[in-house]
Amino acid sequence: MSKEISRRSFIKGSLVAACATCASQVPLPASAKTKDGQELATLIDIRKCIGCEACVEACREVNDFKYPEPEKPFPRMYPNRVKVADWSDEDGREVRDRLTPYNWLSIQWATVDVDGEETELSFPRRCMHCQNPPCADLCPWGAARKLENGITVIHSDICLGGKKCQVVCPWDIPQRQTGVGLYLDLLPSLAGNGVMYKCDRCYNRIAEGELPACIEECPEDVQIIGPRDEIVAEAHRLAEEEGVYIYGETENGGTNTLYVSPVPYETLNQAISKGPGQPHFDKVEDQMAHADNLAKAMLIAPFAGLAAAVGRVYKVSKKLGDNTGEAS
Amino acid sequence: MTPETTPKAFSELTYFKPLYLLLLFIMGLTGFGQMPIFKRYYIADIPGLAWLADFYATHYIHYIGAVILFGFFVYAAVVYFGLMRKQFRLTRAAYVRIALLAAIAITGIFRVLKNLPDVVFSPLFTMVIDISHLAFMMFLMVFGIIFMISKKGWLDKKLGF
Repeated sequence: MSKEISRRSFIKGSLVAACATCASQVPLPASAKTKDGQELATLIDIRKCIGCEACVEACREVNDFKYPEPEKPFPRMYPNRVKVADWSDEDGREVRDRLTPYNWLSIQWATVDVDGEETELSFPRRCMHCQNPPCADLCPWGAARKLENGITVIHSDICLGGKKCQVVCPWDIPQRQTGVGLYLDLLPSLAGNGVMYKCDRCYNRIAEGELPACIEECPEDVQIIGPRDEIVAEAHRLAEEEGVYIYGETENGGTNTLYVSPVPYETLNQAISKGPGQPHFDKVEDQMAHADNLAKAMLIAPFAGLAAAVGRVYKVSKKLGDNTGEAS
Repeated sequence: MTPETTPKAFSELTYFKPLYLLLLFIMGLTGFGQMPIFKRYYIADIPGLAWLADFYATHYIHYIGAVILFGFFVYAAVVYFGLMRKQFRLTRAAYVRIALLAAIAITGIFRVLKNLPDVVFSPLFTMVIDISHLAFMMFLMVFGIIFMISKKGWLDKKLGF
């Protein structure tokens, strides 16, 4: 028997599922914040990285329990243009040279000229954890969100895998796995397509007072973590004293991942492989700046409406008064 | 009663309804555009509608629409209480519409707040805001259709006018 889906059943089903999800949701890791309420940022010193991938392995090991275990076969999706994104087979899970749902941190390589000497640089790439993250701001379902400590997370038990977060992310960071998540309980053929995954900067470890795995396991201390003001100050000190270039301080309005590099980022950007799961080092304007300005305009709009209306009422009342005067 | 006080004298009675419907249509369209459905279901493939798949474009238009709506709501309220209240009363259908519009506006304000830098809400509150904003809009659409079919407008003339 075919199962007809009406608008009512869709809304009802969605609301019930969403409420159930809310009720069963893991509480916000409220302790995952700095004492003074400042956001935590990391500083990645590209000069120190030796490309050993210890950070990649550490990330995979500690976050293994968060990785998707999709149900197969995947639901048939309509229309046909909706493609399956599947990294769950053995080969997919082993991919390390790009970001995937099973690889939230990858090493990029670049051969560049440093002080007249050809040098091979390596550096970890992952979510930049923007201060005003478009992925969290524009997520229609509330699955992607920013924590008070500046970490942006995607709740895998809420995400429907619509990929909007990846589309609006300036670095295309989140990666989709089909066949897992809430959409399977709603309308798997007609809406959603899995769950989006990305670095959550080990928010659960930070909540317990531990370091993110990639920082803890790095043998070269490539990354440091701390309140953003201190991280920015350290990046500026390095830029002033050692002539390095900074990335992330102002990109997309400011991120909580800063890089320092011995060469300009234009140079680095030209030397790296870019594409799906391989983020660029382009300059990035603040993607949410226009929206923030319009939000301010929303404060003014009622007063403009009030002024116009008072003018209109005054004008009509005056005209009525004049007419009454003439009539008498 | 002078000609100036006849109901037809208020130009608002002529242009409020089309403006309101146009604004609601744009807000509904761009609101639904926040979900990744227009590209999936080929609507953005229709010539002239490609912008519906641009999340930033629909988001900005939604915000601009909200700016206009907030101004419009206050203008409409003041003009009603200042000029029209003696001649017209709000219908029950109008009260339902106003309640739903208020709910949409309030949840929308919280959504805008959430999108500002340094404003962080809990996951549950964020979801409640997101889903209720959508749900109130859908209720408004449903009630709007019901009121349209049953020809229940916003205003009733008071006796004597």
